[in-house]
Amino acid sequence: MEFEKYDFTPITQSIHQALLESTTPLLTLIIEWTIIGVLYLLFVAVFGLFLVYAERKVCAAFQQRLGPMRVGPWGLLQTIADFIKLLMKELIQPKSVDSFLYNLAPFVVIIVPFLTISVIPFAPGLQALDFDIGIFFVTAVSSVGVIGVLLAGWASNNKYSLIGGMRSGAQIVSYELSVGLSLITMVILAGTMQISEIVLLQREGWFLFKGHIPAVIAFLVFIVAGTAETNRGPFDLAEAESELTAGFHTEYSGIKFAFFFLAEYINLFIVSAMAVIVFLGGWMPFHIGGWDGFNAIMDFIPGLVWFFMKVLGIIFLIMWFKWTFPRLRVDQILTLEWKYLLPINLFNILLMAFLVLMGWHW
Amino acid sequence: MKSFLNYISEIFKGVWTLLIGMKVTAKYFFTPWKHVTQQYPENREKLFIAERFRGEVVMPHNENNEHACTGCGICELNCPNGSIEIITKSILTEEGKKKRIIDQHIYHLGMCTFCNLCVKTCPSDAIVMAQTFEHAYWDRTQLTKVLNKPGSKIMAGVKE
Repeated sequence: MEFEKYDFTPITQSIHQALLESTTPLLTLIIEWTIIGVLYLLFVAVFGLFLVYAERKVCAAFQQRLGPMRVGPWGLLQTIADFIKLLMKELIQPKSVDSFLYNLAPFVVIIVPFLTISVIPFAPGLQALDFDIGIFFVTAVSSVGVIGVLLAGWASNNKYSLIGGMRSGAQIVSYELSVGLSLITMVILAGTMQISEIVLLQREGWFLFKGHIPAVIAFLVFIVAGTAETNRGPFDLAEAESELTAGFHTEYSGIKFAFFFLAEYINLFIVSAMAVIVFLGGWMPFHIGGWDGFNAIMDFIPGLVWFFMKVLGIIFLIMWFKWTFPRLRVDQILTLEWKYLLPINLFNILLMAFLVLMGWHW
Repeated sequence: MKSFLNYISEIFKGVWTLLIGMKVTAKYFFTPWKHVTQQYPENREKLFIAERFRGEVVMPHNENNEHACTGCGICELNCPNGSIEIITKSILTEEGKKKRIIDQHIYHLGMCTFCNLCVKTCPSDAIVMAQTFEHAYWDRTQLTKVLNKPGSKIMAGVKE
């Protein structure tokens, strides 16, 4: 295939071989784990900072403002300055909180995106883990985050934090269903849960186009449910400052507070990346059947660029939602999920299963 | 059956209204030249500030150190949060009459809401809004200003 010229497998394999020849297999494994861990840490930190900056600029543009302009050219260093400020802030722990759980909660919340990000293929051959149950792993691991939210609300020794934690917990648990079911719809279409396989299956056309109407419905449901699951606007009840002062993370300060926000932004990346992998072909270039010249030009763009272009597109869409729609009440959130998204989703699974059964899918 | 059709049409109506909202914000996003804010003015030479900009209340004095304030106290009465204090004193005029003139026109910048009511209601147009815009101080007492300059007196011809 054309995309093989940007395959990262030879590079990773050569590193692996070089390490194997110079050290023992155990040491090789440890060194590789360390490299991957450091790379992911760097990626999460840099991309998180970039997303915060992008959010502020996009928000400003939607409200016809300039946004951060003061620190660095076009305010590019603003988030780094914010980060330094957050690092130097005092870590305040309220009286008689459950100290262990209180300190554990931010780490539970931040571990989830690190686990999920490991199965995301950034480019051909650039994937840390490639399970044959990849989609299942993502849905299973991403549901751990709710425990961190509930822990934070419970351990804060503050009834408003507890209410905020319960509300966010209810929201995340509800929308987890829709995310899972819309992914299952696409698993029915793909016939596999292995993420690299799902991406390769889309080389002739993205699932959004190949799956006909049920794929489009599943995509819309996934975007709505994914926005809600990451606690972002218009579902950002946790931040409804007029009702609850910042919800479950009220009592956190400094870098612990920043962890919650970093987790939110990395979750935003993960939701977008999953949408891109399952519906928009991952790192696959955009092809139109029969247009060979056009397809050749598209193949020329590396898979890494394709992946990030698509992911940033979806992230922009979700930011667009946040700065357009008014915030929902808690009863409206639950109505939307249980009365609309879930029935549509269940019907959609039947439709997709019927489509695949009749062999109309590609 | 009817309720089911309602359910379906509600979904489409909801999605449609959301799309209308997104169209509005998209128009804002893609017209960046219509931004209503501007960057903090670093370039003081080319700086343009609108005439109606309300920075702080000042009392203009002419070259003989004269102002138009009679000390009537109307600005003090009209200030909604009491950021103006008028302190008057009595003097004997040349004709031997007692007369009340302004001693100190005290203005608390830290309490001002820049509503412009004092300027609007001043019968002798003694105070105006200046176009200064950097009012941060380390010390709160510096926000309390005496508007009439020391040794100043009232202009000739101001109706009392």
